[in-house]
Amino acid sequence: MSVFVFGYFTMLIAGSSLAVYYKRNEAFGVLFTVTLLSMLFGILWGQVAFWTISVIAVSLIAAGGLGYCFRAYMVMLLPEQASRFMKSAPLTASFGMLVIIVMIVLATFADVVAPFGEREIVGDVWEPAGGDYLLGTDNLGRDMFSRLVYGAQTTIAVALAAGILSFSIGMLLSFTAAVMGGWIDQVLSRFNDLLLAIPTLIFALVVLAALPQNIFVLVGVMAVIDQTRVFRLGRALAIDIVVQDFVEAARLRGEGWFWIIFREILPNVLTPLIAEFGLRFVFAILFLSTLSFLGLGIQPPEADWGGMVKDNKDGIIFLVPAALYPGAAIAILAVCVNMVVDWLLNRTASLKGGRG
Amino acid sequence: MGILLQVRDLTIGATVYPPGEDPHDIEIVKDISFDLEKGRVIGLIGESGAGKSTIGLAALAYGRGGVRITGGEVLLDGKDILRYTKAGIRDIRGRHVCYVAQSAAAGFNPAMRLAEQVVEATVLHGVMGRAEALERARYLFGVLGLPDPDEFGTRYPHQVSGGQLQRAMTAMALCSRPDLIVFDEPTTALDVTTQIDVLAAIKHAIEETDTAAIYITHDLAVIAQISDDIMVLRHGDAVEYGTVQQIIEAPREDYTRQLISIRAEIRPEAPDQSDSLLRLENIDAEYGPAAKVLFDVSMHLPRGQTLAVVGESGSGKSTAARVITGLLPPTQGQVIFDGAPLPPALKDRTKDQLRELQMIYQMADTAMNPRQTVAEIIGRPLTFYFGLRGEERRHRVTELLDQIEMGDPFADRYPAELSGGEKQRVCIARALAAKPRLIICDEPTSALDPLVAEGVLKLLMDLQAETQVSYLFITHDIATVRAIADSVAVMYLGKVVRFGPKSKVLNPPFDDYTDLLLKSVPEMELGWLEQALASRKMAAAGN
Repeated sequence: MSVFVFGYFTMLIAGSSLAVYYKRNEAFGVLFTVTLLSMLFGILWGQVAFWTISVIAVSLIAAGGLGYCFRAYMVMLLPEQASRFMKSAPLTASFGMLVIIVMIVLATFADVVAPFGEREIVGDVWEPAGGDYLLGTDNLGRDMFSRLVYGAQTTIAVALAAGILSFSIGMLLSFTAAVMGGWIDQVLSRFNDLLLAIPTLIFALVVLAALPQNIFVLVGVMAVIDQTRVFRLGRALAIDIVVQDFVEAARLRGEGWFWIIFREILPNVLTPLIAEFGLRFVFAILFLSTLSFLGLGIQPPEADWGGMVKDNKDGIIFLVPAALYPGAAIAILAVCVNMVVDWLLNRTASLKGGRG
Repeated sequence: MGILLQVRDLTIGATVYPPGEDPHDIEIVKDISFDLEKGRVIGLIGESGAGKSTIGLAALAYGRGGVRITGGEVLLDGKDILRYTKAGIRDIRGRHVCYVAQSAAAGFNPAMRLAEQVVEATVLHGVMGRAEALERARYLFGVLGLPDPDEFGTRYPHQVSGGQLQRAMTAMALCSRPDLIVFDEPTTALDVTTQIDVLAAIKHAIEETDTAAIYITHDLAVIAQISDDIMVLRHGDAVEYGTVQQIIEAPREDYTRQLISIRAEIRPEAPDQSDSLLRLENIDAEYGPAAKVLFDVSMHLPRGQTLAVVGESGSGKSTAARVITGLLPPTQGQVIFDGAPLPPALKDRTKDQLRELQMIYQMADTAMNPRQTVAEIIGRPLTFYFGLRGEERRHRVTELLDQIEMGDPFADRYPAELSGGEKQRVCIARALAAKPRLIICDEPTSALDPLVAEGVLKLLMDLQAETQVSYLFITHDIATVRAIADSVAVMYLGKVVRFGPKSKVLNPPFDDYTDLLLKSVPEMELGWLEQALASRKMAAAGN
């Protein structure tokens, strides 16, 4: 029994006991679960397990601290109104915001940040991380880190553009269907059913194979496919709102459909739609990756995260972790976006205009 | 007669989580004490939030979600049921103490026959065998005046009317021969003509079975008919506690006096009713060919006066309003506004025609967009119809807020931050902002507590005197009609059965339906129920 293991368990048990004593039930739940799991993993894998758990714990604490400082920093910098908004952000949201900002900055200044060119072959195939190459090299000997930075550009831009476009189309069509009703609703809804009936991937493959291959077509196709889901959700939500008295009051006042859609309905369905956006954005990244993986998305040699996973997947068999870096980037972006979205959700769900 | 239930210093608390503040505990019922003898009925009366349902449920040792019984004793036959174990409480509920909820429609399982549900708890508790319980259910259906008691239990809940369902629920409570029944507003959701039957049935059944009861309601006139003692509650405090006679005839507290004196005539009827602003001429309307709703409806509303359209649910009074607003174009007849016919469909009307006709809804909650502030809600018609913006608009909003007796500080609030009465006032201000000549009020006070409703009615009358606006006032409440109307239209099954000045419509000689309607309105007078039942000429629809 080394000093490390001894100290490890002492800290966990002392922490659990303190948590119980001060009636911090959540903290106690976490700490004691970790304690029990550590015993199990310790038996299975020995001391390595304790190191892994410690590293994870320390990273989480570091992430929390980073989020805490970032929030304080933003509150200090921003003007009055915006800083009050920022103050309400939980640690997860402010950490997520920080990561997203860092990723966007890296992507924007990719030319400056990346040590090597996007398509430049600089070394051997699958060189290990460290030395000249921060994250090693890929299957063709290109610098992994540089490609990750360039890949962020295309991945984030395409996913964001597709997400925003699909939401704009889906929301506009679904609200129009709900407000107008009658045959307009029937035509829009049945057409949407038609699109839904075609398997997404096959539809995308056929259309992308037929159309010229550039990034705008790609974004357009992704948006059209994704808007079917947004339409479904949007129409279901809007129909509940349309029958309310305040919409009838607006109609009796003589308001046009533009006002009814954007001022009466939209603010009331924003909460579930924002939640959906967080999810859809992640799906857009994954869908883009799938398409790239199949060779119909971003065309090589241009970098994108999904394509990079594909390029390097064979390395995993030889214990080369190259494919894991872009994979991790996708995961981190997805989690961070959703942490921010969760916070926005709480704010838009408040019926008191997010005050108090 | 021994004492059955003793409530001693009952205190009930809950934790509230106001946004922006730390959660803290509040007391929603404070130090309530009363006794109930076998075979007697105590009435709990108060506005919403008075704690009356909470006290009623405490008699079953039950607290609704988040509610804790923090102090006091509830002694049933001398034993404190608050100290019972879960199994002990389960044994009491449904056997010794039963509960009748407000909404019978929500209380029954739609997939089970009525008799099965009525005897379920009794059989489960082993009070009697199935056959015996079914026999008792049939007996109770008879006592409660349900049609064809032998066959009634084989029906499903959707096959009987609301009033019958409420009586079936009472039968369910009576089935196990309980010592005590808690009635939680059993007639509030019913029409007046149905309410009187259910009320009579409940009263008869209580006398017949010699059960004690706690009767909860917000209507003092109802409780006066059925209970022996009354406790008046407000904000969780007992305001006054005494016998029915003492409370009705010699109330000690101001609050009780206010409750009793409510709905006197606010303004006398206008003498001249010839100059009509709105005229409905032989209107027929339908929701599709299978659902004809209005038949040959004609009425007119004099300028600057109030026309009350009164009727029960399903009488077509709200449909008449939809025809006038243009939401439902009539299949026949026309609406004449200020001498010229209004286009039947909403989309054909000019902006000015729309402006002159505004609407106030029953549920102020859903009539306002929860995402807009009061200033936005009231300000929109100002911008839309008059093009007011910025400082000018803000100024007018403040004026309107003053007119509805609320004032500038409310301008930046959201609807969720207003009380029920305040919400309805904001809706009135929104209608006023358009400077209309006619406001259609669709039961604007029926969701409000009596004293709050009184305030809203007074406000409406003051505004009419000030701005000469006319009201088409839809309601089911005769007292409201008496208080504010100049002329009255009585509707029944889609037809106008009686129309004219208030003094004529509400005074004899009556037609049969108006007679039934007026006689069904509970009056704050002992023995009214028996008299009313004895002098009825026709039975209520759907019973």
